[in-house]
Amino acid sequence: MAITREEVLHVARLARLALSSAEADRMKEQLGNILAYIKQLDRLDTSEVVPTCHAVDMGTPFRDDSVRPFGEKEEILKNAPDRDGDFFRVPRIIED
Amino acid sequence: MEGIPVHEWTLIDAARAVRDKEISSRELTRALLSRIERLNPKINSYITVLPEHAMRDAAARDEELSRGRVRGPLHGVPVGLKDIFCTKGIRTTCGSRILSDFDPPYDATVTGKIRDAGAILLGKQNMDEFAMGSSTETSWFGPTLNPWGTDRIPGGSSGGTAASVAAGMCFTGVGTDTGGSIRQPASLCGVVGMKPTYGRVSRYGMIAFASSLDQGGPIARTVPDAAVVLSVIAGWDRSDSTSVDVPVPDYLAATARGVKGMRVGLPREYFAGGLDRTVKAAVEKALKALASHGAEAVEISLPHTEFALATYYLIAPAEASSNLARYDGVRYGYRTDGAKGLTEMMSRTRAEGFGAEVKRRIMIGTYALSAGYYEAYYGKAQKVRTLLRRDFAEAFAKVDVILTPTSPTPAFRIGEKVDDPLTMYLSDIYTIPCNLAGIPGVSVPCGLSPDGLPIGAQVLGRHFDEETLFAAASAIEKEIPMPRVAPLEGN
Repeated sequence: MAITREEVLHVARLARLALSSAEADRMKEQLGNILAYIKQLDRLDTSEVVPTCHAVDMGTPFRDDSVRPFGEKEEILKNAPDRDGDFFRVPRIIED
Repeated sequence: MEGIPVHEWTLIDAARAVRDKEISSRELTRALLSRIERLNPKINSYITVLPEHAMRDAAARDEELSRGRVRGPLHGVPVGLKDIFCTKGIRTTCGSRILSDFDPPYDATVTGKIRDAGAILLGKQNMDEFAMGSSTETSWFGPTLNPWGTDRIPGGSSGGTAASVAAGMCFTGVGTDTGGSIRQPASLCGVVGMKPTYGRVSRYGMIAFASSLDQGGPIARTVPDAAVVLSVIAGWDRSDSTSVDVPVPDYLAATARGVKGMRVGLPREYFAGGLDRTVKAAVEKALKALASHGAEAVEISLPHTEFALATYYLIAPAEASSNLARYDGVRYGYRTDGAKGLTEMMSRTRAEGFGAEVKRRIMIGTYALSAGYYEAYYGKAQKVRTLLRRDFAEAFAKVDVILTPTSPTPAFRIGEKVDDPLTMYLSDIYTIPCNLAGIPGVSVPCGLSPDGLPIGAQVLGRHFDEETLFAAASAIEKEIPMPRVAPLEGN
């Protein structure tokens, strides 16, 4: 199962991963090998099989939609790479 | 325990000695901290060591004890945690550059439970980056070495925890297992590792890799020690909607149940060609141990076994690519310098913050989930997963447990597989089906290879039947004694 260099770069864009040219080449080869290995699943007829959503049988759990205040705002904000008071600061969002 | 060095005590003995005031928690903690100080530069099994924090907690536990208060079964006992469990105010890295300065604002449920049981946290243990790996070589903080042979990997991804337990650098540690990450390193380091049933242990505050497969569990030097720790960390949690509300039994009592009349399934697919001869011989010894205690061997088949690895390498990366989307350099973690726009900042942050294996899995997962491919890949894998679950359901109609090797080989050499992803993935071929089916599995030492490296036997069981696994593992442990700690040179 071959994957093209263009596909690699497209997927990298979707995943927000900047790849160097050498990384893209290596990724094309390694992803191709892994996808070729995965292709063996096509040997199984699964047309009548229900997909697994949950490995252990359980219903949908419900609970009250009750508020639990988290009182330590500063504990969260102190991890910010860049902040402005109580806001997270990021570079320009609307790019040229 | 007379004449046995403190670091070689079992967790149960250490806890009793503290409770009976034969030793203080401070003495116990100091002894292990000095061992870590000496050995960690050699094997790198801890990312973060917490000497002051640990000594302060030990003093508090001693003070409580002097007033007659015992918090729980781990009162005053020093333990470690894989660096995937959030610890409030204590750096939690997940083995990654992208979280290398992250101080969680809250504790994982597992962290809270071991604290509430009285444990002293010695530090945070090394791991493959985001638990993606089978050797602990993908850690941003450098590889952990195997205390049984420092030219070898300790297995992974919970390699730091398994190596620390094996080297007497903690009495137990909690690891996580998505495709074998507790059992495989336990096997390669000669210790006991239990992956509980999916939903048995809360995943709240346990950094997510593949949410439908991840499960936390104990690594310890003996089966009863592992049983005590699972009793502490198991249980329903309102903060994890996939945790299951069933009572937590007395696992320690289960270790003494015996295996008389137990039907032990041997799946022929797991013993087929390619299995290392010494591993096969050791697992046969484990079977003999069970038989000598009255268990009965039954040959079974798990016909879809050969498809498990391919299924796993779609489901796990697909879920990982979604879970790891949160690391974008905005709210916490590493951020690149000097990016002009938001998209460039995120793309470069992720490129610089993640290592090669994590990027590979994000790429596979994103590809498999992208428009036009979902049904052919992720959808297909979820259907094959149903077939694998059926295999186990049919087998457990005939047998009580299933016995297999944990790892196809003993510990391999550092660097041997790191550049060849598919070969590395094959290290988990015997452990992966268990995660896909959500069943529990335990690895217990069952011998040494001719070069003196540990080999583990894996026992698999029915959903929520960890008790039977503890009974079986205990019988194997009784018949195949192992050294108390790894024979690390110059220790």
